[in-house]
Amino acid sequence: MSIRTVDKVAVEARAASFQTRSIKNESKRQGLLMVTSMVDLTTLEGKDSAAKVRSLCQKAMLPDAALPHVPSVAAVCVYPRWVELARELLAGSGVKVASVASAFPSGQVDLATKLVDVRAAVQAGADEIDMVMHRGAFLSGQYEVVSAEIRAIKEACGGQHLKVILETGELETYDNVVRASELAIAAGADFIKTSTGKVQPAATMPVTLVMLETIRSHFLATGQMIGMKPAGGISRAKDALHYLVMVKETLGDAWLSAKWFRFGASSLLNDVLLQLHRLESGQYTAYYDVTES
Amino acid sequence: MSPSPKIESKPELDFGNAWDYATAPEGTQVVIQEKYGLFINGEFCPPRSKQFMDTVNPASEVVLAKIAIANHADVDLAVAAAKAAFPKWKRLKASERAKYLFRIARRIQERGRELAVLETLDGGKPIKESRDVDIPEAAKHFFYHAGWADKLDYAFPGLTGTPLGVCAQIIPWNFPLLMAAWKIAPALACGNTVVLKPAETTSLTALRLAEIFQEVGLPPGVVNIITGPGNSGAALAAHKDVQKLAFTGSTRVGKELARNLAGSGKRLTLELGGKSPNIIFEDASIDQAVDGVVQGIYFNQGHVCCAGSRLFVQEGIMEEVLARLAVRIASLRVGDPMDKNTDLGAINSLGQLATIKRYLEVGTAEGAHMHQSTAKLPKRGYWCAPTWFTEVQPSHTIAREEIFGPVLSVMSFRTPEEAITRANNTPYGLAAGIWTDKGSKIFEIASRLQAGVVWCNSYNRFDAASPFGGYKQSGFGREGGRQGLWSYLELKA
Repeated sequence: MSIRTVDKVAVEARAASFQTRSIKNESKRQGLLMVTSMVDLTTLEGKDSAAKVRSLCQKAMLPDAALPHVPSVAAVCVYPRWVELARELLAGSGVKVASVASAFPSGQVDLATKLVDVRAAVQAGADEIDMVMHRGAFLSGQYEVVSAEIRAIKEACGGQHLKVILETGELETYDNVVRASELAIAAGADFIKTSTGKVQPAATMPVTLVMLETIRSHFLATGQMIGMKPAGGISRAKDALHYLVMVKETLGDAWLSAKWFRFGASSLLNDVLLQLHRLESGQYTAYYDVTES
Repeated sequence: MSPSPKIESKPELDFGNAWDYATAPEGTQVVIQEKYGLFINGEFCPPRSKQFMDTVNPASEVVLAKIAIANHADVDLAVAAAKAAFPKWKRLKASERAKYLFRIARRIQERGRELAVLETLDGGKPIKESRDVDIPEAAKHFFYHAGWADKLDYAFPGLTGTPLGVCAQIIPWNFPLLMAAWKIAPALACGNTVVLKPAETTSLTALRLAEIFQEVGLPPGVVNIITGPGNSGAALAAHKDVQKLAFTGSTRVGKELARNLAGSGKRLTLELGGKSPNIIFEDASIDQAVDGVVQGIYFNQGHVCCAGSRLFVQEGIMEEVLARLAVRIASLRVGDPMDKNTDLGAINSLGQLATIKRYLEVGTAEGAHMHQSTAKLPKRGYWCAPTWFTEVQPSHTIAREEIFGPVLSVMSFRTPEEAITRANNTPYGLAAGIWTDKGSKIFEIASRLQAGVVWCNSYNRFDAASPFGGYKQSGFGREGGRQGLWSYLELKA
């Protein structure tokens, strides 16, 4: 197990420094388009229905009919029971279907049940699986249990992409975040993801920076790229641009792509669209000028 | 630590232009006069010398203004004005002195943007730094000392302090307004009067500060500002009516001043050069340590007396640290200081650039390996890419002498004992940095480093309440905090 530690004061100061970058004009426009292409448009509610999934998928493929040059988002993220429908609606669009699985969000079932959940989602056509890490085992020091679960789920994914949700809000310390990130990467995660969105705090800039730096260490040591997905709590376009600045200055050009960086968000997309409207027209647009999905 | 798999070539990160920031220039609409006189007895006046020098924007080589050169006659006038103002200023109710300092602080805040722009145009430092560090810190020093002015009896319990008289203050070009604040604020709080000489290449913000003194109605003669090259400063230091000299600058000039003042009865404090060590232990939080080291040496283009210019890395993590250092430096943005996204601006003067270049040559010639950021540098102006040397030996010139530029010398150590020995093996002793996650190690090492300031898991953190000054050839006396008041008071029991 690694002994890497994180200095809280310094990492928070560094994360805050990215917010002082001034992103204007053309770079703002490009950044907003890039953000759009990186969004995992998400609905994870008990009240989700077929109609909701339909409107979400439509929005994912064509975020705004009035801005036809805006790209489609990276993926839609739903519960396993909606994967099949989403698959059908998104066929041929290039938008991926991501499914949370493994007893999202708490993960408080045994491994066999988690595997059933994961296999069902894969069977139904999910391209990407967002699993939740076993935080109980992690916090009680049973790292081997956590690791074995991730490996088993990775296997159940077949060739599909695996994102491991650490639920950093429950891990509390940055040292834990590093340790959990390293553990997930070693066990086969393609992406590491901050949060379920059901626990506060969800994604923050410092926690994302700690994970990006862990990805960087892994890359410098092995040459292997791992993806990153902050999720929950990023709802403003301006915040998303600050995250992009952080990715650019921590991992460089290669990670500035939906292949390696995603935003897990539901309301972010509309704020990005409002900003794009303003850049196009020079005027602020009302919230009702963009569609709720 | 688990061994990393063997790989053919080292993986590299590419910090290119996949998504770049558009230029974000700060507006430059600040009035700069064609010519500046001297500020004596509350008025701007032409120099008796009738001579002027150019002040240049080091990022563009454009002449910004003509600055007066003070000769002996000018120095006489300035010191006479300060001497004449002293009795009344000294007797003024301390709470009234405090009010002036408070007003100055407020005006610096209110004119903050203008001062930041001026500082960046005249000195070449990034607007980000003048806006977020220089100007706010300058205001803080006046606020802090406004608080002390009527509480001096509590600063040194059982003792009564009386002011010294006319204080001559000579400041450097790296933090022009901030250094003026460091010097003027405690002197005034203690009831002294001042003649200040800013550095030859950076007089504009001090002259703006003089305007602020006029605005707040500071009594004439309490602060006088004379400009010019080193000769003007030497004349000021030698003046018979000066009671105290406070100098911040190079060790060479500091020694010269100390020799000249010996036997004169004048008080002297010196804040001189440094070759400060940053020590990274293998149990440090490495990413944050590297951030801190980068900030420690490249802040203000390395024009910082306490810059962490010697980096000592524990052998077992050398490779890891060097890889991260290269990555972090690659992400630094070098160029137009007026762009809000610039991290490193221009070298302050042509002369300083020549000095830095000479050290780069010497470093290479003596056998160290030079690495530089590939940042594209502007064609006009004075520039030096962020540079670091590996394979540096403690005996190398670049490990011994102060470079005062964006140049880091990286060395290794094996044990804490060796780290302490190497860190202390220098003629200087201004500051030091320790990077470890282990608290007990911090206390042990910090107590044994010969440096006026020791930062632990941080670097270049300043506070008006914290005394700053050096061991050995980094000078004597302290500035800031309660300790900084000593140098401006005569204490009696």
